[in-house]
Amino acid sequence: MIAIVDYGVGNLFSLKSSLAAIGADAVVTADAAVLQSADKILLPGVGAFGDAAEKLRATGLDKVVVAEAKGGKPLLGICLGMQLLFEKGYEYGVHDGLGLIPGEIRPIADVIPKDLKIPHIGWNALRFGSEKSPLFRYIREGDYVYFVHSYYAKTDAENVIATANYGADLTAAAANGNVYGCQFHPEKSGSVGLNILRAFCEL
Amino acid sequence: MITKRIIPCLDVKDGRVVKGVNFQGLNDVSSPIELAKYYSENGADELVFYDITASAEGRKLFTDILTETASKVFIPLTVGGGINTLEDFDRVLKCGADKVSVNSGAIRNPSLVYEAAKRYGDQCVVLSADVKRVDGVFRVFAKGGRENTGMEAIGWIKQCVENGAGEIVVNSIDTDGVKGGFDLEMLDAVCNAVSVPVIASGGAGKIEDFITLFGTLPKVDAGLAASIFHFGEVKISDLKAVMAQNGIPTRI
Repeated sequence: MIAIVDYGVGNLFSLKSSLAAIGADAVVTADAAVLQSADKILLPGVGAFGDAAEKLRATGLDKVVVAEAKGGKPLLGICLGMQLLFEKGYEYGVHDGLGLIPGEIRPIADVIPKDLKIPHIGWNALRFGSEKSPLFRYIREGDYVYFVHSYYAKTDAENVIATANYGADLTAAAANGNVYGCQFHPEKSGSVGLNILRAFCEL
Repeated sequence: MITKRIIPCLDVKDGRVVKGVNFQGLNDVSSPIELAKYYSENGADELVFYDITASAEGRKLFTDILTETASKVFIPLTVGGGINTLEDFDRVLKCGADKVSVNSGAIRNPSLVYEAAKRYGDQCVVLSADVKRVDGVFRVFAKGGRENTGMEAIGWIKQCVENGAGEIVVNSIDTDGVKGGFDLEMLDAVCNAVSVPVIASGGAGKIEDFITLFGTLPKVDAGLAASIFHFGEVKISDLKAVMAQNGIPTRI
């Protein structure tokens, strides 16, 4: 069973539907016991980093997610949920993340040319890191996925499993052991996205 | 690099796609769900559902269809039509919409864009503007293009972006339905005024119209059309192949 963490941030309808479409048994939950008994955990999120981090802490589920991830359970963060996996976020102030992947969340405006629009919104191609992550077992380099974001994960190359070029190579997906994060929305990326979710479910 | 998006728009009334469609291989050509699946599998980058229902019963049917579509189609889905309040935003977002398009609602209630962007994020709020030249000036029209508001369009669009609109659909009434190409002059004026994504609408009649659009105005992010896709005059897969041949970034 896949547990989707419900901490009051964003719309979980599409994510739950996409997991149903690939035949995965998924539940949306705010119950620590369900997270503990799940085979895998999905951490979604939209909105601003500080607000989401605060909401996650207010539920107390942050500690559960961290403990389960440190115990080896596969965890996938999506969009802002991916950003929360890092150590710090610099969106409207400085906020602590979960610290499961080394690095911090910075404005993409810091690294892309001035004439490019922000947010980075639309379909962009994935470039894999030096090794192909098991998350991408069913997709190919160059496949397109759907992004909507104004901040990116600044981290060492060893944690980056895919980039997308938008005037600069932005972190599209990151991993640290059993902890994974996608900056893009696999649940909105057509068959490519479903194949990424399928690979995660099979980890 | 980010690709130029191709977006079919479906007008839905009482749970059915209004403009007749002509596709082989579809059992029910006026089912929004069937059509959405077809487009999603054949290269559409995003879908717009436009609710042109007036009755409460029709509204309920629309949200049921939206829910079913969003549980089967996994590309971004924008919903418009009859969006006047934050409750309307809430209603369609809960049924699986990713973005909500406002038009007359933003004209009637200028704080709607601001309030919605604050609650749901800029990326969720799409301003759809029906624009027509009147004595050489771009004016905003309301009520499906029937009523001249008297407002100057570029200023109005800029103001909406400042209030938090994350994308702009520019629908040129002057070129809409003519099939003679997009309104390049109007789109250029909007692109030069705002820094959020601009979606061109109104006037597409053939593949070359999209090539001219993206070739002439690299700042335009997407092209939206309805009948030429529904009637099969332009197949999205053919359109994208020609875009690629012309060096326009596209998702194939």
